[in-house]
Amino acid sequence: MSVDKETVVKIASLARIAMSDDEAAAMVPELNNILGWVEQLGEVDVTGVEPMTAVIPNEQRLRDDVVDADPLTGGGVRDKVLANAPNAEHGFFAVPKVIE
Amino acid sequence: MTNLTDLGVAAIRDGVKAGDFTSREVTEAFNANVAAATDLNAFIVETPEIALQAADLVDADRAAGKDIGIMGGVPIGMKDLFCTRGVQTTAGSHILEGFTPEYESTVSHNLWSAGAVMLGKLNLDQFAMGSSNETSYFGNVINPWKRNDGGNAALAPGGSSGGSSTAVAARLAPAATGTDTGGSIRQPAAFTGITGVKPTYGRCSRWGVVAFASSLDQAGPMARDTRDCAIMLEAMAGFDPKDSTSLDMAVPNWEAALSGDLKGKKVGIPREYRMDGMDAEIEATWEQGKQWLRDAGAEVVDISLPHTKYALPAYYIIAPAEASSNLARYDGLRYGLRELPEGAGLQDMYAATRAEGFGPEVKRRVMIGTYVLSAGFYDAYYTQAQKVRTLISRDFDNAFKECDVILAPTCPSAAFGLGDKSSDPLAMYLNDVFAVPASMAGLPAMSVPAGLNSQGLPLGLQIIGKAFDEQGVMNAGLAIEERANFVAKPERWWA
Repeated sequence: MSVDKETVVKIASLARIAMSDDEAAAMVPELNNILGWVEQLGEVDVTGVEPMTAVIPNEQRLRDDVVDADPLTGGGVRDKVLANAPNAEHGFFAVPKVIE
Repeated sequence: MTNLTDLGVAAIRDGVKAGDFTSREVTEAFNANVAAATDLNAFIVETPEIALQAADLVDADRAAGKDIGIMGGVPIGMKDLFCTRGVQTTAGSHILEGFTPEYESTVSHNLWSAGAVMLGKLNLDQFAMGSSNETSYFGNVINPWKRNDGGNAALAPGGSSGGSSTAVAARLAPAATGTDTGGSIRQPAAFTGITGVKPTYGRCSRWGVVAFASSLDQAGPMARDTRDCAIMLEAMAGFDPKDSTSLDMAVPNWEAALSGDLKGKKVGIPREYRMDGMDAEIEATWEQGKQWLRDAGAEVVDISLPHTKYALPAYYIIAPAEASSNLARYDGLRYGLRELPEGAGLQDMYAATRAEGFGPEVKRRVMIGTYVLSAGFYDAYYTQAQKVRTLISRDFDNAFKECDVILAPTCPSAAFGLGDKSSDPLAMYLNDVFAVPASMAGLPAMSVPAGLNSQGLPLGLQIIGKAFDEQGVMNAGLAIEERANFVAKPERWWA
């Protein structure tokens, strides 16, 4: 499989990366080079093989259903959450006007 | 008096504990080396004052008769992928420039609790995506080693932990943290003549580590020798309920159990790692490594890892797929850069922010990841790669029925020149061909310096072990270290 410029533009849009026409065109051979190389995986016989989901067997844990059990990941830290925001107003993240 | 910056982790810790010198004296000496090495560009942020404050606390604890911890008084460099409270954390990116975490990563927290002292935040490939440290927004790190050909070519320090490898090799720090997704600890260690350990996936918490590919990312120590790595890994590792993939297992006392005596052990040599056109010096080093391990009492056996050649292409589907998902969080809203063109709406802001904030390699990988996960292609690429990953892991399971550890080269070459591979992503990716299979299987692995090539550059040997058997890996590493007697260090040319 290979990609053309139209596909690159679509992927860039899905990935939310603004890209000029020239940048998209330049990316076509780059992506095709890599995709052509990974294509060799198709020759591996994977009949009956399960896709790996956990590399080291590990049981998924549930934490105790307690509010703020771990203060590091608990709540009540609004100002800390907002501390690195490019634009925070009135205790919220501020976004540009959204008109649909 | 001993030159304090020639000392490693164990020697500093023991010296501080014995009162031969103070942590402040050691820290001042390393601070001075850091300040005098701006040419190497190993640090993004230097924190000499924070280091001295921490050193004074250790010295005060010692004076008060308290336990100073297993890293007590040892200054270290912190890869700038670990969130450090109050100190800028960038992942080598523009999009996180200025980001100052309100929290501390579990691994760095563990290190400070064990008495370690932070010299600063180390440069790296942007979001740990790279094998030469050339993708950092904050500029290239320069390898302190030079070829002995009389030329002055600037060499890559490896990547992504290139600031870490350079800092340790140039004696700017006795040790540094690294992270390894597909070789990012082992390859830079090999390129700079130091030792680096990637533990079993899950040994070190990923909480507070800027995510690249979550099923592969694993933190580990980089230092001058195996013992120093064992000490530091012990301080870094441990169960953390805040990371759902953290291993709920006791941390062994790796340092105490170190032994280079390999009697009764079997060392596997994977035949698929012997590739056509392999560098003759790399092959000779590998042969030498076998002999050293035989001398240490081990039996060397041939093994097969049939899916080796598919590990790298599978990695370059899985890692970008996970990266495209992880990096979706950089939206210009909650932290980091925001680009808001005149009149732009929300969607335009996302796209403009990410266009401005991500470098070319990061964009390339996010694009690949988005494509292989997109409707219609998911099964052909991602599911196929995950199945191949199962087969790679199975190869190791089968091999470990016949051996205890595996010996291989760390990299297919010594350090290459800056710029040599940066225009060809595939050529760059292929430098991780020997490192990626262990990452795909989540296994512990390390690189240990084995010698210098004819150009005077360090070469590393890699040991891969069974899951949870960091001890076996480090014991084999120690056996090589005891015989390689690698004492070479780069001649100081920087200022």
